[in-house]
Amino acid sequence: MKKNIYYLLPALALFVAIASSCNKTIVERNTQFPALSPAKLDLNAETWKPVLLTSTSQFAVAAPDAISSPAYQADLNEIKAYQRGITDDQRALIAYWSAGAVLRWNEILRDLVAKHNLPPYQNDDGTYPAPSSANPFAYPQFPFSNPPYAARAYAYVSAVQYDALIAAWHYKTLYNRPAPYKNDATVQALIPKSDLPSYPSEDAVVSGSVVEMMKLLFPTEIAYIEQQEANQKLYRMVAGANTRAEWDAGEALGKQVAGLFTARARTDGTGAAIGTPAYWKSLETNTAATGETPWISLEYPKRPPMLPLFSKVTPFLFPAATVVALRPSPPPSTKSEQFKKETAEVLSYSKNATRENEAIVSFWADGAGTYAPPGHWNAIAAEEFVKQNYSEVRWARNMALLNMAEMDAAIVCWDAKYFYFNPRPTQTDGAIKTLTGIPNFPSYTSGHSNFSGAAATVLTYLLPDRGTKFTDMAQQAAMSRLYGAIHYRSDCEVGLVTGKAVGNYAVARAKTDGADQ
Amino acid sequence: MIKPLLVKTSKYIIALAFIAAFSNHASAQTDADAIMIPKNYFCTGLMYGHSDWDHYWEGDFKRTNGNLGHVSSQTVAAMVNYGVSDKFNILLNLPYMATKASAGTLKGQNGLQDISLFLKYMPVEVQVGKGVVSLYGIGGVSIPASNYEADFLPLALGAHSKNLMARFMADYQRSNFFTTASAQYVHRSNITIDRNSYYTTEMHYTNQVDIPNMMVYNGRMGYRSESWIAEAVAENYTSLGGFDIRKNDMPFPSNKMNWTTLGANFKYTFSKPAGLELTAGGDYVISGRNVGQSTVLHGGVYYLFSIKKDKKDKK
Repeated sequence: MKKNIYYLLPALALFVAIASSCNKTIVERNTQFPALSPAKLDLNAETWKPVLLTSTSQFAVAAPDAISSPAYQADLNEIKAYQRGITDDQRALIAYWSAGAVLRWNEILRDLVAKHNLPPYQNDDGTYPAPSSANPFAYPQFPFSNPPYAARAYAYVSAVQYDALIAAWHYKTLYNRPAPYKNDATVQALIPKSDLPSYPSEDAVVSGSVVEMMKLLFPTEIAYIEQQEANQKLYRMVAGANTRAEWDAGEALGKQVAGLFTARARTDGTGAAIGTPAYWKSLETNTAATGETPWISLEYPKRPPMLPLFSKVTPFLFPAATVVALRPSPPPSTKSEQFKKETAEVLSYSKNATRENEAIVSFWADGAGTYAPPGHWNAIAAEEFVKQNYSEVRWARNMALLNMAEMDAAIVCWDAKYFYFNPRPTQTDGAIKTLTGIPNFPSYTSGHSNFSGAAATVLTYLLPDRGTKFTDMAQQAAMSRLYGAIHYRSDCEVGLVTGKAVGNYAVARAKTDGADQ
Repeated sequence: MIKPLLVKTSKYIIALAFIAAFSNHASAQTDADAIMIPKNYFCTGLMYGHSDWDHYWEGDFKRTNGNLGHVSSQTVAAMVNYGVSDKFNILLNLPYMATKASAGTLKGQNGLQDISLFLKYMPVEVQVGKGVVSLYGIGGVSIPASNYEADFLPLALGAHSKNLMARFMADYQRSNFFTTASAQYVHRSNITIDRNSYYTTEMHYTNQVDIPNMMVYNGRMGYRSESWIAEAVAENYTSLGGFDIRKNDMPFPSNKMNWTTLGANFKYTFSKPAGLELTAGGDYVISGRNVGQSTVLHGGVYYLFSIKKDKKDKK
């Protein structure tokens, strides 16, 4: 039996090796973000160029109560009472929310996009139900936050925050009310102290504007969103950062600014983007009439094309006519040698998939049940912005630039997709098996390439010290679609160019919006 | 005097715990049966298994999928069992697997799956009435034998977790009839996937995934003789955590995968040539959650031999 030890030793070593992986604690990156402590207050932000506001004083904010007033003193007492009885849950709220209001609401939005990014399950007769904003809780719930819908949601939420914050900055400098902990030494600052005037609350402005916007974008999530807002409000008071009156003034301002954006969203054309069966059919017959092979859905049962009229949605960065001007020249004819060559290349990537390519495809896939490609670029941007110690207003401005570019890239990309109505590689050659799901819309040009080209252009402008980091990532994201065997090389390369052209509109805006001067 | 009936007759059966889930763990595992081989014996062999499903469950919603058709996997596994002593066996198993979907566009996968090692110990074997009761403790580890992509369900070869397994088993044999019951705890490590964020019931910003641990319950009964074994097997896998696939969502390695199978196995041991064994069997998933409703068929060829002579020569 002594000999058994020789057999047992390797086994024991294996046990120990594996037992060391018994600890299943996972530390997620976004739990490690430090409390926001802006390097610059950006006190001139009231002069920055708004998106929809006519002026930063378009909506009035009444003067705050005097510091000596009983109302203000009562508000301070409320903070002190919270701080005396502070709980672990409240400390956790502070740790979470102090990383930044724009950041955390952007994360919440990504969460909701991922949650609702599910294609509807078919009816018994092989047709598909469509989500209805009029009846959002019925299956399939409204919305299906597919990439164009997601791009638009990120854009509206970021843009409304930006306009609401520059308006808030106007009143902050106008009323110049110091933070509660500056007016009363017995109020503790449980977040980094700031010289930024605290009336109206910048967190409340963000929250009030986003909540109103999200009610339109994600109507089934109102209870969840309002709970987040209540948590954030409690955090500001417990942390000694805002009084209740400062919060309420900010929230009211945010809601009013949101009114401009919800009105725009209701009439921006998204509601009609799904098209009609007659329109879907016309896309096919019109393309066939040109002698080219029209796209057909590769899903079973065949699914109507995703939001074919999203190209008609009103862009943020340029007039609608520019969408057509930005349309790339046609893809290689489906009868051409070039097309055959590109199809063969896709087949080769399919057949000779390396593990490394699988990893790249998976990393950028951002398909069903994810925050979608624009959400991926939001996550990339957020993790970079955290290192920059931006003020809330600059956070919002940079996110708005990024996301207006993403939405407009979606519009321009969808225009090309449905104008050319080009087949996917697997439709051309059934032997092409894919390393990820094939999205249910035409091939030319690649959505990922447009989103990535636009995002990288904006981020490279905002963070020039990162060098080619973002353009390298965009290149990889674009090529991941060829490696995954769901796009031709032309789709990716041309998509990147178009995306970059859209991104340049955001850069042009950034150069003149007053924030970088 | 209790005859060590079970060990002396060198009965051996391949008990396929061929996982019916999306993550088809391969395998001819023998950690779930009450069969030991004697000291200084080797049993080595090859198993082939085929699994197929077209119905599957998203949570408790049962459906088919025209974009998958039938999802099948084929497995060839090499195994070795060594009798360190009559009461202590070591088992090693290495499966190679290929997966395929009959419809849709997703590319099938293939490669080595998880290599597993089990230490099987029978501390108790006592006569009770007219039968024999034996008790077993079985510890095992499995580690991925290749860098396969776990986050490619339902065509992934497996979850790519490193597993630690502990099983307690009791067997009762009377004449040629036996009943075996066991319970196994499977600790599964976190895995690293190629994306750095994913959604479960909320967003996670990490490439680490907490794969739920599992409990496995196995019951088997049947006929066991020198030349034949025939048994019926019921098995239940229960995830200790995880989340449901939502309607029409993609599956994910940390889904709550539960399933129950019913199956049968047969083994014939030749008297000539001595040591040659053939196995065949199958099972079917009768209920499940976040898994495919697989039908599994398998067969194997094994050879049992003693290395005692060599040892004697050395002496």
